[in-house]
Amino acid sequence: MRSIQEIENEIIEEFSFFDNWIDKYDYLIGLGKSLEKIDESLKTKDNVIAGCQSQVWLHAKKNEQLIEYVADSDAIMTKGIIALLIRVLSNQNAKNIIDAKLDFIQKIGLDEQLSQTRANGLKSMIKQMKIYALAFNKI
Amino acid sequence: MKADSLKNSFSILNSTINDNKLVYFDNAATTQKHQSVVDEITKFYLEENSNIHRGAHYLSQLSTNKFEETRGAIKSFINANHNHEIIFTKGTTESINLLSSCYSKILKAGDEIIVSEMEHHSNMVPWQMCCEESGAKLKIIPINNNGELELDKFEKIISEKTKLVAITHVSNSLGTINPVKKIIDLTHKHKAKILIDGAQAAAHIKIDVQNLDADYYCFSAHKLYGPTGVGVLYGKEDLLNMLPPYQGGGEMIQEVTLSKTTYACLPHKFEAGTPNIAGVIAFKKAIEFINETTVEKIHEHEDFLLKHATKKMQEIEGLKIIGTSNNKSAIISFVVDGVHHYDLGIILDKMGIAIRTGHHCTQPVMQKFEIPGTSRISFAYYNTIEEIDLFCNCLLKAIKMLS
Repeated sequence: MRSIQEIENEIIEEFSFFDNWIDKYDYLIGLGKSLEKIDESLKTKDNVIAGCQSQVWLHAKKNEQLIEYVADSDAIMTKGIIALLIRVLSNQNAKNIIDAKLDFIQKIGLDEQLSQTRANGLKSMIKQMKIYALAFNKI
Repeated sequence: MKADSLKNSFSILNSTINDNKLVYFDNAATTQKHQSVVDEITKFYLEENSNIHRGAHYLSQLSTNKFEETRGAIKSFINANHNHEIIFTKGTTESINLLSSCYSKILKAGDEIIVSEMEHHSNMVPWQMCCEESGAKLKIIPINNNGELELDKFEKIISEKTKLVAITHVSNSLGTINPVKKIIDLTHKHKAKILIDGAQAAAHIKIDVQNLDADYYCFSAHKLYGPTGVGVLYGKEDLLNMLPPYQGGGEMIQEVTLSKTTYACLPHKFEAGTPNIAGVIAFKKAIEFINETTVEKIHEHEDFLLKHATKKMQEIEGLKIIGTSNNKSAIISFVVDGVHHYDLGIILDKMGIAIRTGHHCTQPVMQKFEIPGTSRISFAYYNTIEEIDLFCNCLLKAIKMLS
């Protein structure tokens, strides 16, 4: 299993190839389009993350000691961001997820691309992923 | 053309956003401020600052006079009968809340209020609250698929039980200009009173409250090239006199003893506390800009932009305009097949184009059209045909990226 830090570094390296926003956004859109589809039955009100400008659904389950996330959004850029978060945090153990600092968001310049309201949406998404990890950690 | 000299009066329009020249198409949310407005605010704080009314000293006299001059300018701007029919608030939302809070003390079970399906939440929620408090019932005028009020339905729901009708002059999410004169006449036939929410109208359409015979009319300075934090509630003198006061405090009293207070006359009865003095004084400069330009000329230019943009946008595959009335103000709401408005907003922003995305505080309108939200562009007098052409090119590029 690769560590969260290793995956973060890999993403930072991928994004370092882009020197303009169009390429960066194109890449995010591509990630969004290729994000694995989630079961429609998981798009419930309970799974909606509050505080996002677009609709975001997040669900998690525990496989052995690892937590697996699935998520979806009606906005493609948001889906791209979700794809990155899932790539970093999914199939990790709860403790590592809770402790993850997720510096890559700042290092790939994603935070400065987002307005305050949108950055808050991203924070809500990460918070919800960590809350799942906390809950599973206690089981 | 005038565009260059105009852009010198609105220097923010010469800014560069994300390495691109700013195209500001979010004027329905707020317009940019005319240089004379900005200068007046600076001048006030540097040379004239003082609290208004009751001051014995020179500066207080000066600021009081200038504050009251704005009231006079607004009275003329909307052709009210008296200066004291102009109440200053902090914006349209507060103007409506002032009125709804007064009406919640007057209305009782069995009374009815009518609003429409296209109202901004600020002309919907206060009336829902008013009904909860007073026991009155809220009735709704529906809209058709073009985003126009269904007036035949209005005629069916209005009755002698109706005490107040609250309708927007121009829809902020659809652009529809409502036939307010007709609605006012119908309302008066049933002896009810009417509030017109002019937030989206006052900078674009000539307002004559006497000719309209509106009982109440409200709007915000910040959508008329003026400062934020200043709004107006116009009301007919006899009606405002009849209403109970809104907030208690300084300025609004005639005499206070420990057991009882008598209230000041209009307009002070509704203006408790220190208002946004600098903002109100600077608002006069914005009114002067509009008067000098003339509302007719503004309307003509914006209508030209609206028609040009509508035509160009209709040619874009998969794009659908929401709000297709023949009588529209310079607002275009649209959706694009397979593209989320949020994604479109981010990409256009990167290209230097400021638009608004979402439900525009009109969730019932979104429910009617069964969409989560729209992208919305809205024009002001300083916008140009060239900006619309640039926007359409950028929009095409963004759609290509996203689909």
